[in-house]
Amino acid sequence: MTALLEIEDLSLRYHVAGGTLLALRHVSLTARAGEVLGIMGESGCGKSSLAAASIALLARNAEVTGGVVRYRGHDILRMSAEEQRQLRGRHIAMIFQDPMTAFNPVLRIGEQLVDFQHHLAGLSRSDRRARALAQLQRVGIADADLCLRRYPHELSGGMRQRAAIAAALLMSPDVLVADEPTTALDVTMEAQIIHLLRELQADYQGAVIVVTHHLGVIAELCDRVAVMYAGEVVEEGPVDDIYHAPQHPYTRALLACDPAAIHDLVHRLPTIGGQLPDLMAPPVGCSFAPRCPLVEPRCRSEAPPRVHLGPDRMALCHAVSV
Amino acid sequence: MLNYAIKRIGLALLILCVVMLGMFSMVFLIPGDPASLALGPRATPELKELLRERMGLDQPVIIQIWNFFRNAATGDLGYDVWSRRPVFDQIAEMFPRTLILGGVALGGAFILGTALGCAAVVWRDTVIDRLLGVLSVSLISIPSFVVAIYLLLIFAVWLKWLPAIGAGEAGNFGSQVKAIILPAIALGIGWVGYLARLVRAAMLEVMESGHIRTARAFGLPESRIVARYALRIAIVPTITILAVGFGSILSGAVFVESVFSRPGIGTLITGAVAKRNYPVVMGTVLFMTAFYLLVVTLADLLIARLNPRVRDVLRS
Amino acid sequence: MSSAVDGHGGARGIAPVLRALLRDPMGAMGLLLVLVFVAMALFAPLVAPADPLAINVVNKFQSPSLSHWAGTDQLGRDLLSRIIWGARVALGIAVTTVVVAGAVGLILGLVAGYGPRWLDAILVLLFDAMSSLPMIMFALAVITVVGPGTDTLILVVVLVSIPGYARLIRAQTLSLRDSDFIQAERAMGASSGRIILLHLLPNVVGPLVVLLSMDIPVIIMLEAGLSYLNLGVRPPAPSWGNILYDGYTSLRSAPSMVIVAGVPLVLATLGFTFLGEGLRDALDPRLQLRVPR
Repeated sequence: MTALLEIEDLSLRYHVAGGTLLALRHVSLTARAGEVLGIMGESGCGKSSLAAASIALLARNAEVTGGVVRYRGHDILRMSAEEQRQLRGRHIAMIFQDPMTAFNPVLRIGEQLVDFQHHLAGLSRSDRRARALAQLQRVGIADADLCLRRYPHELSGGMRQRAAIAAALLMSPDVLVADEPTTALDVTMEAQIIHLLRELQADYQGAVIVVTHHLGVIAELCDRVAVMYAGEVVEEGPVDDIYHAPQHPYTRALLACDPAAIHDLVHRLPTIGGQLPDLMAPPVGCSFAPRCPLVEPRCRSEAPPRVHLGPDRMALCHAVSV
Repeated sequence: MLNYAIKRIGLALLILCVVMLGMFSMVFLIPGDPASLALGPRATPELKELLRERMGLDQPVIIQIWNFFRNAATGDLGYDVWSRRPVFDQIAEMFPRTLILGGVALGGAFILGTALGCAAVVWRDTVIDRLLGVLSVSLISIPSFVVAIYLLLIFAVWLKWLPAIGAGEAGNFGSQVKAIILPAIALGIGWVGYLARLVRAAMLEVMESGHIRTARAFGLPESRIVARYALRIAIVPTITILAVGFGSILSGAVFVESVFSRPGIGTLITGAVAKRNYPVVMGTVLFMTAFYLLVVTLADLLIARLNPRVRDVLRS
Repeated sequence: MSSAVDGHGGARGIAPVLRALLRDPMGAMGLLLVLVFVAMALFAPLVAPADPLAINVVNKFQSPSLSHWAGTDQLGRDLLSRIIWGARVALGIAVTTVVVAGAVGLILGLVAGYGPRWLDAILVLLFDAMSSLPMIMFALAVITVVGPGTDTLILVVVLVSIPGYARLIRAQTLSLRDSDFIQAERAMGASSGRIILLHLLPNVVGPLVVLLSMDIPVIIMLEAGLSYLNLGVRPPAPSWGNILYDGYTSLRSAPSMVIVAGVPLVLATLGFTFLGEGLRDALDPRLQLRVPR
């Protein structure tokens, strides 16, 4: 399978009031054609920064301190702004977390979907409208023509998210990044959107990256998953493998905390004790050491190694051995 | 849209009626009555009686109110106590001049203010931005008539570049243009600062928002993003402010016209106040209120047209 | 919500607010200017070098000199003394207005926000009507009817300011009215009076105080303007407005008078505005700017 988007040893920091925040540290991932890669982690683990980097849409105060993001071999972070702009929407597309703020409130959905096809210079407005209509129907919106004529606030949350998915697919991009696609939705809509994404993915030839903190979404949609903690990828592998045999203590703790995994009656829901490390001054050793049940002295002083447990399997931990 | 329009217009008319009622009833607060007031302490009782009759003050209150409303609706705002000229005619003569002055002042302020606001956004967080910020606040604070007097002193008296008095000669466009420059600057300068800050804040807020990020994520060119996506949203609060501002500019004209001795609504009303000429004062106030309500209502309707969400919520 | 004037009434303390204010150069300068003028106003009889009303026509139109730091006016009166006493007039009127209008606005706003709907509707209509009248015009109308003078001036300025304060208080009251803690009080049977006094009042007062302080320069400007038109403070009593008028009429004979007369007005309004902005930034940057009049 072709590697469409390769992130190699990416390190990123933000300049904020009071210092610099290290958001990503030596992150390496590969998104392949025909495959759905999940990026899982709690808030603050850096997954949103990773999503932004994958589409070369970094914030003003962001600085890449190392590594590359390659799309089909080209380093997209070091391209000119114009070249990056050409990539976006056409080759790499994003589905945003909150479709309410993602769409412009004063323009109709149809106008925005037509605008988003600006890369297709040769097409007339009516052609673009027709493509938008077809795409809306494909994502399961019953009265697509009416939807085109509506303003974002006139649609329900689920319809807006479908429209956002349609928008992203309009240009048939090679890489699709979904940033928390279901977080802003209630449970029923969430199920519908996951179902839709699964259907679309069956026909889709490109690579999909799903960023979320929701274990269920990963289980339903993804083929592989990378678990992130404090800006690092701590475990990576096929979804089934990781869910049934997690190696990294953090992954284990996360899975144990999932209410869906609890079958007996408990008096207290499990949590992971402790707090995230201070990203402005990350620790020398393992970031998870203060909260880890398997912690050893060397965890605090030495950075954990990348242990490869198989061709596609990795854990960042001292305690894991092949 | 139609529903909203009807509601807004209806509200404006209601407010106008309340104001009319209020203005009219102020007449009854005068110690004595308007006739005695206008004629002064040395008037004889017969003279006062005559004037009272002429002003319709001998009739029952309800009839007076009814007459007043009926007359106002047909454009009859009463008669000048002294010159017997219809008030409306005087207003019609003076208002266009003030309107032109206000228009030039606000137009100039809008252009300059928007430019400064955009400059502050382009160079945000630099020294230029901070300087513009201080300048803006300062400009807002200084009273327009003080600016007018200083401008008069510097440019008309010392440098003699521009005329100190009047509105220029009729038919001589050049002289009229020269005469309008200083008053327009004095009137508009406070607004330059305010608009600059407003535009800056609105643009910054919009540029950070989610949908601008989406537009960028889809690779739209920056020029289109600014023009179609950002400006359309940022302009909305500006329109409201401009509409409200027009009313306030016209008030400021009262002072500026006085300083530069320009004929206009300002000089009309201040002259009338000095002579306790209440019909003129009342007529002018009502006219200006009606005009202000018209401008604000139009602005609201325009905003509703541009921003669909406003239509769903009637302003509280 | 990161506001110093937060949901439990009262600021988080004078000291941190003061420190934040002083860190901002604009705010610090504003504070300094305001203190100077307040001192001028309070200690006018002690600070003024001469009697502001003392006429001495022989000395008219003198430029600033050692004996008269700011020069003299067309009747030979010492300008510096007139300016100092003018500060007293300006601040006196401003503070009186703000206190009276603020109190009335507070009451009306609370009533409108917490009282029955029909009363609210009527009051809102009145507020809207008052705001639709260009301020100066309304002032002029009242002055025509009642006659010019300092008392009229205060009346006019108070009337014109009330709707703005009432509206703010009403908005605050309305938003708090349905909040949980008020509902809880009602559920426990507290009377309306008790709710208004003990719970609503402390919470709505904060933004009002900021608005009041930001309105002071506006009132000073309005008073100066009306006095300039000879419709406010009557001569010979000194007001920055009528000193400016004297300067304006004598523009050709003694231009320095106008310069001198305008300076305190500009500095005072700048000072109060800077202070107001600085205070607002120190307390809660989200409060809105007011429209220039």
